[in-house]
Amino acid sequence: MIEPGGNEQPEAPPAKAQLALGLAQLQRAGGLVTPVITTLLAFAIGGVVVLAAGHDPLATYRAIFDGAGLNWFFPWVTGADRANAALNLQQTLIITTPLILTGLAVAFAFRCGMFNIGGQGQYMVGAIMSVWIGSSFAGMTGWLHILLTVVLAMLAGAAWAGIAGFLKATTGAHEVITTIMLNWIAYWGGSYLFGLGGPLQSDVRKFVPISSDVADGAKLPVFWGDPQLQGLHVGLFIAVAALVVFWVILSRTTLGYQVRAVGYNPEAARYGGISVARNYVVAMAISGTFAGLAGALDILGWQFRLSVGAVQVSQVGFIGIAVALLGRNTAVGTFFAALLFGALYTGTSTRSLDPSVFRPDLAGSLAQIIQGLVVLFVGADVLVLYVWNVRRKLRRGRVTPAPRPATGAGP
Amino acid sequence: MSASGVPVRRAGLRSYGRPHAVGIAGIVLDALAVLVALPPLEARSLVVPAAVGFLGLACGVWALGGGETRLGWSVVAGATLAIPLGALATRSDLGDLETVFAWSALMAATLRFATPLVFAAIGGMFSERSGVVNIGLEGMMLTGAFFGIWGADVTGSWLGGLGVAMGAGGLLALLYALFAIQLRVDQIVGGTAINFLAVGVTGFLFVAVYGSAGTPAGISSIPDVSVHWIRHLPVAGGFLDRTIGQMNLMIWLALALVVLAWLVVFRTPVGLRLRSVGEHPRAADAVGISVYRTRYVAVTLSGVLAALGGAYLSIGYVHSFNPLMTGGRGFIALAALIFGKWNPLGALAAACLFGFSSALAQGLHVYSASGATLFQALPYVLTIIAVAGVIGRSIPPAAVGRPYIKQ
Repeated sequence: MIEPGGNEQPEAPPAKAQLALGLAQLQRAGGLVTPVITTLLAFAIGGVVVLAAGHDPLATYRAIFDGAGLNWFFPWVTGADRANAALNLQQTLIITTPLILTGLAVAFAFRCGMFNIGGQGQYMVGAIMSVWIGSSFAGMTGWLHILLTVVLAMLAGAAWAGIAGFLKATTGAHEVITTIMLNWIAYWGGSYLFGLGGPLQSDVRKFVPISSDVADGAKLPVFWGDPQLQGLHVGLFIAVAALVVFWVILSRTTLGYQVRAVGYNPEAARYGGISVARNYVVAMAISGTFAGLAGALDILGWQFRLSVGAVQVSQVGFIGIAVALLGRNTAVGTFFAALLFGALYTGTSTRSLDPSVFRPDLAGSLAQIIQGLVVLFVGADVLVLYVWNVRRKLRRGRVTPAPRPATGAGP
Repeated sequence: MSASGVPVRRAGLRSYGRPHAVGIAGIVLDALAVLVALPPLEARSLVVPAAVGFLGLACGVWALGGGETRLGWSVVAGATLAIPLGALATRSDLGDLETVFAWSALMAATLRFATPLVFAAIGGMFSERSGVVNIGLEGMMLTGAFFGIWGADVTGSWLGGLGVAMGAGGLLALLYALFAIQLRVDQIVGGTAINFLAVGVTGFLFVAVYGSAGTPAGISSIPDVSVHWIRHLPVAGGFLDRTIGQMNLMIWLALALVVLAWLVVFRTPVGLRLRSVGEHPRAADAVGISVYRTRYVAVTLSGVLAALGGAYLSIGYVHSFNPLMTGGRGFIALAALIFGKWNPLGALAAACLFGFSSALAQGLHVYSASGATLFQALPYVLTIIAVAGVIGRSIPPAAVGRPYIKQ
């Protein structure tokens, strides 16, 4: 991937070209440098926030790391610590699962030149559909019930996102505006459906704004940990499979080629005989399919029900935006970014974080701040590149153009 | 609104004069079809709203025949909505109707709900007129809400609270401006980041400062303004007194802001420069207008104004702060801005429409609590319809969302 050294430059190009050259090199390095620096920068500023709150940043990050169960990978962690780490890691991966998919929902639309802010709404529509189908048809065969629920949830997500794609294709309505509005329609729609007196509110718990439970047969099997203690369900494999599907569609199919062509330059694509309008609709629908699947996996995997409160505080789709941006809209990047945010949110949760190191009630907001900083910096290639160059200049002075050091092995 | 409005159609209007007038009459009839069944008229027979509604429908068809496509379809759509609504109202219990449609209370609530939207929407208008999309309005409002109450708590005065809120909102907007203008970050990405950041920062500070107990009671709040002398006016005096006799200062300020913003944007050189930067930055640059400076000022101003809207929520209306208290109002403000076609008066009208739907949603609890919840989605549905251009297409400033690279 990266050719170390090699390219000799006869003379120093002008400043602007140097910037472009630097950016091009960043791209060739798999775009690894920007996300890594972005993440480090965000965590560094987050550390300052922790310090300002009167705590030790390193100890706090260590506690978050352990709270996310990432210490499970260390062979020297044994006994009760290891069991605890396993529990925490299961939670991290449970959250990573939908984040991969909502990340893909944003990334796929991005590849077609659209910004899908509506992952949250599409996720919610998928989740609502899953609760509805999952809690109906109680006597159905398990795997058939799961299949039916998942497919319908994906279709619901596709339709919800498809509205935005269709409106963009036919009327030119900007997808950012329509998807934001669709998010809030899903929010109030969910609040209505599960609210007191709503059509999907539980028949058993009449005075609680919550849905009925998903039928036992429709719950996804748990393959790691105790099903009673919210063990890790098989949805993770489905999410990873979706990553592969994402890559195959984009890189190995005509559809993917068209989507990317429209994303690069819609006018050129149109000139080349590609229907831009059709691709807008299809790309949004595929995006929504990913998000709808995320909703289904969450409901069938560990939530099993939805309440008005759950509908209103859910952030999964919004975190997906950060995941896709940090992952540079690639399959591999999305996976690692989802893991990062899954770990961050699990590690800062009240359930996992050691309260003697840092207050968990503050830590949730700390995660939000870090997420915001990541999104802010990740778009600022110019800034990151500037920081990178200053660092390099500080280290070497102004010597001849040296080969760019390859930071970290690419995955 | 005509002076500011879209002058494009004016020329063609004369030849289609009568269908246009009939169309307008149709809209009035549509509204009337619902109103006859509500207090104070309270028609109790199905026939009355149906008859008025069908008259409206006829007007719509007439307008369509005369070539007024857009207006005609609006009238037809309005009539198909109005007839069942009016019919429903005739079937409703009279007591319930009078509780929900106590017009003076409903209008007062509409203004209360519209005020935060107006502040944020006018802020957003400045930003977007200069060519910078502001998705971060929600975050800026939330920041204003927290810093407003914190400032009022620390300084002991609501004025201090407003000052601190404006400062905090302005700073956050300045940060956004730095990334959106100077570093040319995608404006949607930057705005999304601002929203995340605001949630994190306000949530963090709220817990750090006030803990689980929440904001204390008795923090200085923005006062009401009494204009009870208004009741001495003839005819509508009593009604006006009940509606606007005792309103929060911020509501008056919001109304003044709309007028001021309209004057600035459409009637001053500053406004002309602002709009030129948003429509054609290259040309503006060529005649010596600093694109960057204009955008910096506009975006920062949008943060200050959105924060004022947030501060109204915390120290003018709810008298406390809780995380995520803006609950999507920043996005409704964005919607109001689009719905109002990037015009202050239009934004006010849209904010009042959305405020009215919120006020009505409160009242609708009498009929059905869950139905009232669903009703909250209405502003978002209307906005989608508006951007899709079914009824009067909204067209943003030409350069909105595109970073400007100086040459």
